[in-house]
Amino acid sequence: MAEVALNHDAAVAAGPPKLRRRSALRALLAQPKVVFAGGFIVLLILLALFAPVIAPHDPLDQDLLSGTLPPAGFAGAQPGYWLGTDDLGRDVLSRLIYGTRVALTVAFVAAFAAALLGTVLGLFAGFYGGAVDAIVSRLVEIWMAFPPVLLSILIVAIMGSGVRSVIVAIAIIDWTRFARVVRAETMAQAKADYVVAARVLGFGRLAILFREILPNVAPVLLALVTLEMGIAVIVEAILSFVGLSVSSDTPTWGGMIAQGRQIIYQAWWVFAAPLAALFATVLAFNQLGDGLRRALDPVMQR
Amino acid sequence: MAEALIDARAVVVAYAARRQFLSKAAPPRPVLHGVDLTIARGETVGIVGESGSGKTTLGRALIGLLRPVSGSIRFDGREIAELGEAAMRPLRRRMQMIFQDPMSSLNPRRTIGRTLTAPLLLHGLVDNRAAARRRIEMTLERVGLPASVLARYPHELSGGQRQRVGIARAVVLAPDFVLADEIVSGLDVSTQAQVLKLLGELKREMNLSMALISHDLSVVRAVCDRVYVLSQGRVVEQGRCDLVFDHPQDAYTRTLLDAIPLPVIDPTWLDRQAPGAAA
Repeated sequence: MAEVALNHDAAVAAGPPKLRRRSALRALLAQPKVVFAGGFIVLLILLALFAPVIAPHDPLDQDLLSGTLPPAGFAGAQPGYWLGTDDLGRDVLSRLIYGTRVALTVAFVAAFAAALLGTVLGLFAGFYGGAVDAIVSRLVEIWMAFPPVLLSILIVAIMGSGVRSVIVAIAIIDWTRFARVVRAETMAQAKADYVVAARVLGFGRLAILFREILPNVAPVLLALVTLEMGIAVIVEAILSFVGLSVSSDTPTWGGMIAQGRQIIYQAWWVFAAPLAALFATVLAFNQLGDGLRRALDPVMQR
Repeated sequence: MAEALIDARAVVVAYAARRQFLSKAAPPRPVLHGVDLTIARGETVGIVGESGSGKTTLGRALIGLLRPVSGSIRFDGREIAELGEAAMRPLRRRMQMIFQDPMSSLNPRRTIGRTLTAPLLLHGLVDNRAAARRRIEMTLERVGLPASVLARYPHELSGGQRQRVGIARAVVLAPDFVLADEIVSGLDVSTQAQVLKLLGELKREMNLSMALISHDLSVVRAVCDRVYVLSQGRVVEQGRCDLVFDHPQDAYTRTLLDAIPLPVIDPTWLDRQAPGAAA
């Protein structure tokens, strides 16, 4: 018996350590859509960081003599303007590249802010139950009864336009997504024996909540944050479209769509290019989030 | 009988019905109706009964995880039934628990090393991580695990190894009392025997008091000094294992005993043909 045990232990010892993390990463990279979506988002981040180096023109540089030039390959296109120009003669590609800055800033900061708010409330609601849960749950229900776009317009109207207002608006509206999922997951985890074990060992409630339960909620949370980034990009575009995001001297995709809509019969590319960028970005975030959920969610693995 | 480490008198535990928003709470549902139980130092007591008889509830009340509605539970002379969560914490080290399912009772995102180290540091039993590691390695060796498991996650171990980790986690704190709730029911028979043997050895070496909850009467008989038979939240019979099992006084105990499948040896077993097999 002892020999059998020893052999088994030797076999275990020979295996690679941290197998769990490695296998999660492998499950992630085995999904082509995750590789494509992740690669696309990395590309966007690089574009945003190095926009001044990459963009062929100044995005604000007007040249009325070369207005509404079509994209490369169409009749009348001029070299150097790959995606054409808008009615003021500004280079569409350069504006698109600079637009990733606002889009990604909002995506990352707003998604994390919403996640932070919703996660803390969801953790407490799910763990303490009772009155805490009742208050948070009612708050979520009331919150979700508001039309989100109108609520965000209201918040931005009160706070004044700007990237910061957009981020605050998204965090204040979308924390409910996180609160609901985290609450449910926390309730499920809180019933697990390892939580009882932590109590028996003498750990306090906050230590149990943040050191035992939170790490087990984290995978679901990570997937949700990624999905939320896609939503944040759309909300920012909507607010830019109605002119409530940043001032018009900062190029944004939503602002470009609004501008392009007015001249869609003269210069469709001014409308189509930011729309395509928006579509691809949101799709990438959603695919990445879905892939993360599949790779990390223990329920879907088992 | 030796001095009682745990002395429970007339313990009543009730589970409150879940309260719905804006509606009246349903009356609490009693699970234990006045249970008396004592465990002496170094004694192992079995708690048996079918599912729903309240044995797990009783066990959890004994180590202060559930608060009784009424009755008294004394641990080493100190009343714990009234203690709040914070007042209970210093006593936690002295009463530990081994779980039925070692997979779910170990945090899946922690290595075994981290799981075992944190409680030692929490209770100040060791001065630093190096001392914790030495103590843990000694305990691991005692429960028959190599030190290499420290770097592993629970899912990388076998069921028997995980249960040994569960035992190590309980005994590394040098407790006075250990509650073992159905700890072998998830293991295969040969592993069961090893785990029970290990538990018996540890109990003798550390002079542990133990409560072993099980629906398996043969497990209880193999390990325990005395047994309590629980039915619908009441103790229907108690006493020394051999007396209770050989001369059950209560009808319910007899029913439980009769439910044990006896091995019937069929001498022709090896020669039997599988149905439909070619001759």
